[in-house]
Amino acid sequence: MSSVRPRLRRVPLHIAATATVVICLFPVYWMVATAFKPNRDIQSSSPQLLPRTWTLDHFRAAVDADGFALFWRNSILVTLSAVLLSLVVALGAAFAVARLRWRGRRQFMLMVFIAQMAPWEALIIPVYIISRDTGMLDRLPTLTLVYFMMTLPFTIVVLRGFIAAIPPELEEAAQVDGCTRPSAFRHIAFPLLAPGLMATSLFGFITAWNEFAYANFLIIKHQDSRTLPVWLSSFQNVFGTDWGATMAASTLFALPALAVFLLLQRHVTAGFAAGAVKG
Amino acid sequence: MTVIRETGAPPAPPAPLSRPSRGRPALPRRRRGGGVWPYLLVAPTLLGTLYLLVYPLARAVLISLQDFQLRQLILGDAPFVGLRNYRTLLTDDRFWEVVRRTFLFMAVSVVLIMVFATLVALMIERLGRVARTTVLSALVLAWAMPVIAATTVFQWLFHSEFGVVNWALQQLGFGSFERYPWFAHGTAAFTILVLLVVWQSVPFAAITLYSALVTVPTELYESARIDGASARRVFSAVTFPMIRPIFMLVLSLEVIWTFKAFVQIWVMTNGGPGDATTTLPVYAVQTALSSQRYDLGSAASMVSVLMMATVLVLYFRQMFRQESEAP
Repeated sequence: MSSVRPRLRRVPLHIAATATVVICLFPVYWMVATAFKPNRDIQSSSPQLLPRTWTLDHFRAAVDADGFALFWRNSILVTLSAVLLSLVVALGAAFAVARLRWRGRRQFMLMVFIAQMAPWEALIIPVYIISRDTGMLDRLPTLTLVYFMMTLPFTIVVLRGFIAAIPPELEEAAQVDGCTRPSAFRHIAFPLLAPGLMATSLFGFITAWNEFAYANFLIIKHQDSRTLPVWLSSFQNVFGTDWGATMAASTLFALPALAVFLLLQRHVTAGFAAGAVKG
Repeated sequence: MTVIRETGAPPAPPAPLSRPSRGRPALPRRRRGGGVWPYLLVAPTLLGTLYLLVYPLARAVLISLQDFQLRQLILGDAPFVGLRNYRTLLTDDRFWEVVRRTFLFMAVSVVLIMVFATLVALMIERLGRVARTTVLSALVLAWAMPVIAATTVFQWLFHSEFGVVNWALQQLGFGSFERYPWFAHGTAAFTILVLLVVWQSVPFAAITLYSALVTVPTELYESARIDGASARRVFSAVTFPMIRPIFMLVLSLEVIWTFKAFVQIWVMTNGGPGDATTTLPVYAVQTALSSQRYDLGSAASMVSVLMMATVLVLYFRQMFRQESEAP
């Protein structure tokens, strides 16, 4: 008896767990499944939960679509340069905050925390007008700068934590042995920082990769400078009711983000949950 | 190198919100006069913030005080009109309708997010190792789904003719959902947007709350159980007070995030049908970039920033209480 009752009591718990998993995964699954289904199965009055026949036609249609390679390249270019820029700038600031003592340090951190909550949605209009006045409209560097600023505060906050966790004695020992301070930082602290740099840059990658609003309103006339999210949102206008191709395009677009998040899962569930993060 | 690796503690992920620890290891132990170095190191951050955040914000305030339309955008001679734009907005019934709708959208979404997230977090804590990993992975996957991709998929799920939701509802006996055009009805479109935002937000909230639950010492539960407290009593008297700080933090973040939700609405419904899903951020961008009333759009943005700032103040008070406890 006593061994059966706890097990019975766990049944509702496992039903709830199953429901959670299904609700979380179904939209993702349905996107991938639709992408692999032939059109006659997609446009049927009784959808098949498992694709009966598989086809790659939709992926071919998505990849062959106008400018796909170009927008992919634009997205990669903007994302990587924004992340690299913010890593370099954040590393300096995080070191200054975590290791050095200087007047205005607390105020600086307060500024970073406030910048982290910047109302980017409310800044679309002025950024549009400023870019227009300075001839930066329709240009990828504008997007790079915006994404750099979007990811910078978070990167500083996280790197500060990582740097603070490295005992300063390590570098001091190296300095005693004749290292200069910058070279002590590079040879001793930098290798220990690698996981932190990895995690923050991947997070910045996702933020920039997914950004839609600025890409949509700052790139207007010069269509060759568009990025993938904007392309995806207009995909239905181009392909109309071709939902198979639309889902294939969504899959191709979501894949890097999903892969990165799954790789990061340990960090995501442990450390990142602590910071203010949203995918 | 190997010696250093062995002595050096692995850099733990920063956890400003986790278990409070004594002391402040973040502070340098010795007084280190940095001279000009620290200022050089933070200069790029300062410059970036000034040019890319402070300047646009100041510009937005300025535009909201000017007569700034398409003519002024091209010729650049916008005259100062004081608070006229704000007066126009605040006497506009449509604007108040948008504000009301924004708060409704926020309130419904946030309540659903917090309830589901708390339930899911409590559930994860009670699961075995395998089931827990499975649920966490599923949550992370949903969380990782890019906003645009999720929005596109939801449009497909709720497609009137071939959408799987209409099909499922019919199978369950709701014949009226045959070819039900979700995006043609205001309430239905609003509901889908709430569902989308909740689906996207619950994973973050649930994982964060779960990571807070884990820090509650098990002895507390044991003593509560020994005292004969019911499950509900344990939650309200032991669990919730312990995770309260993080709960409030997640709550204020979700309030801000749902308040400024823009991409989902813009891509899915563009504020329609009619005005049914026009919230403040959508309204501001529509007014400015579609109707070329940059002045009114900026004013609307500033009003929404003020509203969010109120929430932010609460958030920072919580944040700094945390900061003073943990590094």
